[in-house]
Amino acid sequence: MIGDFLWLIPAFPLAGVLVNGLLGHRLPRMLSGTVACLAVLGSAVVSVMGLLHLLQTPAGQAREIHQTLFPWISTGSFQTSVSLMLDPLSAVMACVVTGVGFLIHVYSTGYMAHDPRYHRYFTYLNLFTFAMLLLVLADNFLLMFVGWEGVGLCSYLLIGFWFQKPSAAAAGKKAFLVNRVGDFGFLLGMLFIFAVFGSLDYRVVFDKVAAEPGAITATLTAICLLLFVGATGKSAQIPLYVWLPDAMEGPTPVSALIHAATMVTAGVYMVARCSILFVNAPAALLVIAIIGAATALFAATIGLVQNDIKRVLAYSTVSQLGYMFMACGVGAFAAAIFHLMTHAFFKALLFLGAGSVIHGIHEEQDIRRMGGLMKWMPITGFTFWIGTLAIAGIPPLSGFFSKDEIIWYSLAGPMGHWAFWAVGVVTAVLTAFYMARLTFKTFHGQPRMPEEIRSKIHESPLSMTTVLTALAVGAVFAGLVNIPEAIGHRLHLPENSIAAFTHFLEPSIVEKKEAALLIANAAGNAPVGFVRPAPHVDHALELPLMGLTFVLALLSIALGASWYVRRPGTATALAARAPALYSLLLNKYYVDEIYSAIIVRPGMAFSRFLWRGVDVLIIDGLVNAVAWFFGIASRLFRVVQSGYVRGYAAGMLAGALIVIWVLSR
Amino acid sequence: MGAEQFQKHILTVITFLPLAGAALIALIPRRATTAIKAVAFAVSAATFAISVPLFFWFRTGTPGMQFTVDVPWITLLGQQAIRYSVGIDGISLFMVLLTTFLTMIAIAGSFAGIKDREREYYALMLMLETGMLGVFIALDLVLFYVFWEAMLIPMYFIIGVWGGPRRIYAAVKFFIYTMAGSLLMLVAIIAMAVMKYQATGVLTFSVQELYGLEMARGTQTLLFLAYALAFAIKVPMFPFHTWLPDAHVEAPTAGSVILAGVLLKMGTYGFLRFCIPFFPEASLAFAPVMIALGIIGIIYGALVALVQPDMKKLVAYSSVSHLGVSVLGIFVFTLQGAQGSLVQMISHGFSTGALFLLVGMIYERRHTRLIEDYGGIWAVMPKYGAIFIIITMASIGLPFLSGFVGEWLVLVGSWLANPWYAVLAATGAILSACYMLWMLQRVLQGPITRDENRALKDLNFREMVVLVPLVAGTIWLGVYPKPFLDRMEPSVDNVIRMVQTAGVSSPAAYQADAAAGEEAR
Repeated sequence: MIGDFLWLIPAFPLAGVLVNGLLGHRLPRMLSGTVACLAVLGSAVVSVMGLLHLLQTPAGQAREIHQTLFPWISTGSFQTSVSLMLDPLSAVMACVVTGVGFLIHVYSTGYMAHDPRYHRYFTYLNLFTFAMLLLVLADNFLLMFVGWEGVGLCSYLLIGFWFQKPSAAAAGKKAFLVNRVGDFGFLLGMLFIFAVFGSLDYRVVFDKVAAEPGAITATLTAICLLLFVGATGKSAQIPLYVWLPDAMEGPTPVSALIHAATMVTAGVYMVARCSILFVNAPAALLVIAIIGAATALFAATIGLVQNDIKRVLAYSTVSQLGYMFMACGVGAFAAAIFHLMTHAFFKALLFLGAGSVIHGIHEEQDIRRMGGLMKWMPITGFTFWIGTLAIAGIPPLSGFFSKDEIIWYSLAGPMGHWAFWAVGVVTAVLTAFYMARLTFKTFHGQPRMPEEIRSKIHESPLSMTTVLTALAVGAVFAGLVNIPEAIGHRLHLPENSIAAFTHFLEPSIVEKKEAALLIANAAGNAPVGFVRPAPHVDHALELPLMGLTFVLALLSIALGASWYVRRPGTATALAARAPALYSLLLNKYYVDEIYSAIIVRPGMAFSRFLWRGVDVLIIDGLVNAVAWFFGIASRLFRVVQSGYVRGYAAGMLAGALIVIWVLSR
Repeated sequence: MGAEQFQKHILTVITFLPLAGAALIALIPRRATTAIKAVAFAVSAATFAISVPLFFWFRTGTPGMQFTVDVPWITLLGQQAIRYSVGIDGISLFMVLLTTFLTMIAIAGSFAGIKDREREYYALMLMLETGMLGVFIALDLVLFYVFWEAMLIPMYFIIGVWGGPRRIYAAVKFFIYTMAGSLLMLVAIIAMAVMKYQATGVLTFSVQELYGLEMARGTQTLLFLAYALAFAIKVPMFPFHTWLPDAHVEAPTAGSVILAGVLLKMGTYGFLRFCIPFFPEASLAFAPVMIALGIIGIIYGALVALVQPDMKKLVAYSSVSHLGVSVLGIFVFTLQGAQGSLVQMISHGFSTGALFLLVGMIYERRHTRLIEDYGGIWAVMPKYGAIFIIITMASIGLPFLSGFVGEWLVLVGSWLANPWYAVLAATGAILSACYMLWMLQRVLQGPITRDENRALKDLNFREMVVLVPLVAGTIWLGVYPKPFLDRMEPSVDNVIRMVQTAGVSSPAAYQADAAAGEEAR
């Protein structure tokens, strides 16, 4: 039975860690890389077997498999164990992590081929895969937290992989510390859950909440908000998104795997996993929807003007994660996971494409010094275009289905609102535009790189282009697993092929109609009075709105072509007309500077005051003053130390008499 | 001696074997340094080896003392009042194991650093081990006090003779600070025996017989404070901590390892073994103060650690922060809190012990501990960097490493007592990452800026042998803490119950807290 082999999924990469971590420096490169790839392939095979098993399980039976490995922290009433759970949600996540992860491992064998610390790179990458799999396969919050912090560690190590670069070392540290702030919230959320439910097992907690819907809305709101603080750190949402753009200091395959496809989606996964908690806390959902929408828009505006190819993609990732949270916030959790899955394909593709470009033109990352690369790198260029069209939401590519589902439910979902819909559409337009800008400036128009390197530009090796092709196939077709009802019915598709992905996830995630009921129920008890489920929206609107977004996206791409290829210089001229706005965007709204001024510098100054002022001056000063006082006093009492034996004898006798008197009293 | 006899007297054997080893070392010619090191290490390894069976022979599921021996020692007023009474329960078991383990590591870690008067040094290290073990196994207050004070002397010399430039100042400060606390404790010990004698006519210093001694509230408060001061200085709790940075900076590496790894734990151990069971009502009454000091220690220690230019000082202040967690865990009086506190003590022994060793190892190469003198050394010392990072992660509480288990349980226990305690204490998780990772960034990462660092040699075989057991310890305790938790639980539960029983008839403050805990539930 698959249930007895769940442990293999995380065990394969862990074995890879041990082999490469302990023996890697003695292994030939070829073997080191092969071991790492095979380890992830092993997990991928078991994960797919698990997914197939769940797909074959008849709908009536429980699609949930548990395997307890060993007891972990247990004392008194607090009991946790290291136990895994495979259900539709974790199976999808495991397949995304191991599938995309395997491709990126293969790509890395080419990309990192000349790095002196090759085996260490693969050790970290396998360790990451292990931690990420623990995160998604855990059957309790505490074990999820193990993976949660574990991926944070790997992210730290991999961002700072080229640690000799001060900027890389600083970026790694920043990522870890910002995530720790989020984890502080997550920790408190777990403590609160334990105090309320007496357990951290998903089953126990979720069943108790499901049994009494709307019973403890205020408590659940607090818990959900604390958990969401963790998600804002891990998944780079306002106000904790600041680490992700800097994380681009890491090797590009790392950006693709960790900072686009998998780790940063952990927060979305967590919220979806806890959907039953969140639908009973509508005020928390509202906060998530607002933060998600704000992040989506905010990051997209920054992405418009950045000039580093990876940073554009980083802000794009922040923005797309905002979409996913907005979907969660309006109660469409399955739509969030759907977008998570398609995004994993097309964003990994875009990052790896960027890596291929950087590799091909000798570590250049500034798109102002690119252009016309299509001629030299046709496979990279072609697959990059597929990624661009997918993220821009051009049908029938995967991003079209997943993004339009989110935009639709931001209006029609249980917590939908026209404002969320508007943000969704505007962000979609911005997304199409900045991606068009990026792609045109990189692959089309006049080459702007120095003459001497033009002759050296080359297409990447097969290990990299094969992976790009494979991901491109995913980016094209992944959306077909979840064709929306509006289209499916019009095309008269068989019933079981419509919204198949959403239906598959139903056992793990609160389904939309039920979510609407639960939210309505809980909203009555909500601490925030204005939380109201969305009014009914006519389904006939769905197709026209879809068409509208599509047309706007196409126009944005056309605008990009006009500004950056046909009439280069238009954008520069425009920027010159609004210099303040341009520099605000270019400098990312100065958020890093603001954090530094209000948190980092005052904190350091306060710490210095505690050390120099309180510790050394006051406390230790007092101690030394006492010592000094006794020094003076002892000089006075020296008279007693006369050196005469009879004097001491008298003293001893007196002392002894006092002791005897006290004892016998 | 038969197997049964051996098992019965195992604690005595473990405790005095190092002392015998010290005597043996005194017989070796001063010049034969290799022999001295070999004997010292062999004795400490043998002591550890003999202590390991305690772990397996220890009966789980019972709170009582085990491996007990009780023989008369000194007769007073016609009664066999002072006794050689020893034994361990689930609390002291781990203190004993931690002591034997860390002493062995510390001795092996001294081979390169100590280059003069080796004979005296290793003899003192072994004497110190006897003193520390005695503290943890003594069940008679006089016996306890003798070990408690005896242990100071070798430590005083280790800092004062083999220490850094300001060693005399540091050693004297350490000695006087500790003495000041423990003298009051001696008065309290005598007072308790006197009260017991007045009440029953039996003159005894037995810890267990003195448990449950009835006394007036005012008396209890005074005695509690006398004990608590001694232990608070030892921990050290804010604001009694200023001896620690000086002692650590000046002490030789092994001195720091033992100081942080074992000596500090005597404070928290003392609370669990003496303060709380002797004075449950006073403990309850003072719990808010102790909790406040614990939380201040967590945050204050971390913030001050952040700005230290000297690596050893940084680690010293981090100890103040980590031990604050331990104190908090004890005084919230919940099973999880106290269990977490004990785990935190063990974990801190592993991780901070290893950190001091790591700092010592580059000090031996470069003769500086200033962070600014390093930078980028991971490039030339890959093994060193790897171990430093693992230990850092253990120290800042990454799950599946030991630090997390302790911190998490303390947080659980604190939340159940009052959620705000946990909220404040959990900030330590952010701050510890700040100071440790910033140090890593400045020491290991970045370009190599000083030419002296380009030729640094990576860890050698001996150094790996010293560090790897500590790494293994943190992983074991982090991934599979069950054998530890199972052995502690009954004894810890027993202590907590003593307080909770007292709490039934107790001051409003505690009940208000308990009510808050209930509410949260």
